[in-house]
Amino acid sequence: MLKEQVVLVTGASRGIGQAIARELARQGAKVAATATTVQGAEQIEKDLHAIHPECLGLVLDVRVPEAILQTVDAVKQHLGPISILVNNAGVTRDMLAVRMRDEEWDTVLDTNLKAVFQLSRAVLRDMMKARQGRIINIGSVVGSTGNGGQANYAAAKAGLVGLTKSLARELGSRGITVNCVAPGFIDTDMTRGLDIVQQQALLSSIPLGRLGQPEDIAQAVAYLASPGAAYVTGATLHVNGGMVMD
Amino acid sequence: MSTIEERVKKIVSEQLGVKLEDIQTSSSFVEDLGADSLDTVELVMALEEEFECEIPDEQAEKITTVQQAIDYVNSHLPA
Repeated sequence: MLKEQVVLVTGASRGIGQAIARELARQGAKVAATATTVQGAEQIEKDLHAIHPECLGLVLDVRVPEAILQTVDAVKQHLGPISILVNNAGVTRDMLAVRMRDEEWDTVLDTNLKAVFQLSRAVLRDMMKARQGRIINIGSVVGSTGNGGQANYAAAKAGLVGLTKSLARELGSRGITVNCVAPGFIDTDMTRGLDIVQQQALLSSIPLGRLGQPEDIAQAVAYLASPGAAYVTGATLHVNGGMVMD
Repeated sequence: MSTIEERVKKIVSEQLGVKLEDIQTSSSFVEDLGADSLDTVELVMALEEEFECEIPDEQAEKITTVQQAIDYVNSHLPA
């Protein structure tokens, strides 16, 4: 159970982030969850309130550094210092490398990697003071395998693994664990864009024979957030139906 | 009311887990008191809290001994 824990989940208006926010709230945590629009934030707050009264929906564009600091402050004011950070917000700008524009590269790297560092840095002081804390980064199977058309996304997600391991080493002595959950193909808006042929090819490569559900990822995050995972740090937990094993 | 020197030494003692009597004003946090780099960052955070001030990173890097901490507080504390 996560009673008295204060959680920040980014990118929680739908898909994996939404499932994570709901699951952690269900386990008793006070959850602040972010969306990029006011409407999204209101929706989140309404949704989470039905599970746990002490939850917040906030607007955050992780590409705006001042907004990151303001969000962390707002959570601290309303719910208390953040004890569990879930870096979930992410975007894709798929394009063959030969045609990929710098802007597409930068958008994905800034959102999926740089902002994760900035958010982590923003919560570290309080975690160090508390001598405990959990940072859980949502990676991707393509960070391990690479993927045609996703040079930017795969680079960002692979970078996340190095960031995770470095923070884990730096902060272990302060009781802070830093881990990564790497989803395979999950049934979300991000993967619904695939056509039937692509979907069939995909399914045949997954030993468990189905796409993952957002809840499958939420359960893995809940484990890493739980007291039972206190001795796990610097790890990447693959949740991909067996499509990639290492 | 304790002096600034006493308050600084008390914080150093708590943060680094060393006995008060083992702390000299000339003590270096890293060389004499066994602090690692993360300890020194936390020490500055604790000083900021005790004296209700903000110590910029480039200043914080120059605080490596007990005396330097006392001097910093003395010259930046609101009168």
